[in-house]
Amino acid sequence: MSAPTPPRASIPRSGARQFAVSVVRQPYIWAVVALLLLIVINLIKDPGYLGISVNATTGNLSGNVIDILRASAPIMMIAIGMTLVIATRGIDLSVGSVMAVSGAVSMEFMNSSGDGSVGGAILAAAFAIGISAVLGAVNGVLVSIVGLQPFITTLITMLAGRGLAKVITSGQNTSASNEPFRWIANGTVFGFPVVFVIGAVIVAIVAVLIRRTALGLMIESIGINPKAARMAGIRPIGILISVYIVSGILAGIAGIFSTASVMTVEVAKTGLSAEMDAILAVVIGGTSLAGGKFSLTGSVIGALLIATLDKTIVFLAIPSSATPAFKALVIVVICLLQSRRVRALFNQRRAPRTPSAPTAPAPTAPRTTRKETVSA
Amino acid sequence: MSTLIERPLSGPSGSPAPARPTPLSRLKPKLETLPTLAAVVIFIGMIVYGEIAYGRIVQFSTVSNLLINNSYLIILAVGLTFVILTGGVDLSVGAVIAISSLVGVMLANQGWNPIAVVVLMILIGSAFGLASGILIQFFNVQPFIATLAMMFLARGLAAMLSTTPERLADDSPIRSLSTEWKVIDGPKINDLVITPTVLIAAVVVIVAFVVLHRTRLGRTVYAIGGSEQSALLMGLPVVRTKLLIYVISGTLAGLAAVVYTSKLGIAQNITGVGWELDAIAAVIIGGTLLTGGAGFVLGSVVGALVLGLMNVLITRDGSIPPEATTIITGGILLVFVLLQRLVVSRKRKT
Repeated sequence: MSAPTPPRASIPRSGARQFAVSVVRQPYIWAVVALLLLIVINLIKDPGYLGISVNATTGNLSGNVIDILRASAPIMMIAIGMTLVIATRGIDLSVGSVMAVSGAVSMEFMNSSGDGSVGGAILAAAFAIGISAVLGAVNGVLVSIVGLQPFITTLITMLAGRGLAKVITSGQNTSASNEPFRWIANGTVFGFPVVFVIGAVIVAIVAVLIRRTALGLMIESIGINPKAARMAGIRPIGILISVYIVSGILAGIAGIFSTASVMTVEVAKTGLSAEMDAILAVVIGGTSLAGGKFSLTGSVIGALLIATLDKTIVFLAIPSSATPAFKALVIVVICLLQSRRVRALFNQRRAPRTPSAPTAPAPTAPRTTRKETVSA
Repeated sequence: MSTLIERPLSGPSGSPAPARPTPLSRLKPKLETLPTLAAVVIFIGMIVYGEIAYGRIVQFSTVSNLLINNSYLIILAVGLTFVILTGGVDLSVGAVIAISSLVGVMLANQGWNPIAVVVLMILIGSAFGLASGILIQFFNVQPFIATLAMMFLARGLAAMLSTTPERLADDSPIRSLSTEWKVIDGPKINDLVITPTVLIAAVVVIVAFVVLHRTRLGRTVYAIGGSEQSALLMGLPVVRTKLLIYVISGTLAGLAAVVYTSKLGIAQNITGVGWELDAIAAVIIGGTLLTGGAGFVLGSVVGALVLGLMNVLITRDGSIPPEATTIITGGILLVFVLLQRLVVSRKRKT
């Protein structure tokens, strides 16, 4: 549904126009439109919404935009991991539970050691991320070697993970005090929230690893056609396992982000339905759930959109438990815009002179501007 | 024997890897029922273990409670069996229960006719199912995403209606659906009790069984799950059936909301969080393949009862921390999925 546009080199265009066309043709264009729309809604409510003020003494930036960046960091982490998993035709439902496990492990660790130093924080974080990686590896092994379906595999780890988090803390919401750990969520670097900076760096690392090496191509080829990928000499097992491990690690980091801000893990609530947010961010970002082509940029924009949506709902004084309804609206509208039936309608209007423009979007229609896999 | 005669004829004609007939090919029909049989075996094993370890399992009151407490889960599992048989999934059922029961309780408390309320509650479910079906069938949205959207929508709308528990009036006729009828009057409190809700669940199961195994619709459901393309080429009404499947699932979710509301009398916007996962687990434990095409609705009932009995045993045991319940559910699910995997790979080899 969302394959990036192949370059159309039919008519020579000026550079600026070409750029504009390429931006409009991006799979995540509707996410950008939705993001702008939300910002406009906020600006109507409060014209000074985008204002950023600088605290003169500490140099910290503050404002709604900074809040959104801070809130988007955990969603961004799990969305990036989810993008890679979905690109291999998989899905990772366990990220929310892994977040809870990671938070539980780090909080329990710092609570029992009572170590308030930087070393204690690093150790706790490393421990939490390590366990998250193990959970991701379990997913990966079950999916790639045993050959279970990703949906059911990660459903199992989702159920078991939530239970594990509860067992680790004996069902209690555990708190700990460790200033360096708290700094991760509440501190600032050059005025920007630490979480966002860490998040951006991690996204950049993942993007470079994936896009500057053949890894991204391999992941896409597994998602497009696993059999063909294997025949082309790609070993799917290693790549699948590493993709799930990366998703686990990123979920662990997200868990640290979201527990560090309050220094408490709420075992029943931390990361609850986070997997839905992540999937939402990925789908909004234009990556097809059917696997194959993926867009990391799109997922980052999707994560920003979700964070903005969450904040907007609160800003408009709508009860935050009603947020899912608006998320549903966003999913439905974006899915409709991406669907062939609606796009055919648009194309028809744009090019009315095309001979024999089919009124019904028959799957065999040869006149498609985008390369699409015909799915039944 | 017919396979043995036909194989050598079709083998050399160009299929890349002619399958060798093995003794296992004769086991094929049995292999498909293996996961369901395993579920039955485990269910019986749990009963035996529970009776030996804790006692008072095989008695009327425990059986009655098991049925009464799980009637809504059985109804949900039946609905999901239809969906999963076609290779789809419906994540919205838990949230549909929340909004349906919330609307029902609020309207009933405002003095609406109880029958109208019940009908409306069921229709709310149908409407959400229809919306999922339209998104999936006409706009090519994946079942996962479409029903996820409906889940969010239902949850969000429920939160807009009320975020506090709404209590059904004590004298509301809807509560009468959970009146306890003594069928067998045992000693002390050991009675065999059933409620109208249990009967509703039983009727749902019987109708679903007949529809799936004795009607054209049921055949089409299995055919779509086997291969949607082939079903389409065979001229089966794929579009209509898939649409209907999601309406059935939604409608049954609405019915489950009626059953649940009548039992508890309280509705809240967070009612039913994660029930879709319980129902999916019940269906899979019952032996339905997640890829679709194979499974039994009676298996799903057993699956739901296995989950219910597990909760009873954990409560009885007392030494297992309740936090570990979901780990055990996950473990049971893993065992059954591995079993399915084994069956599928055996089937491919034969």
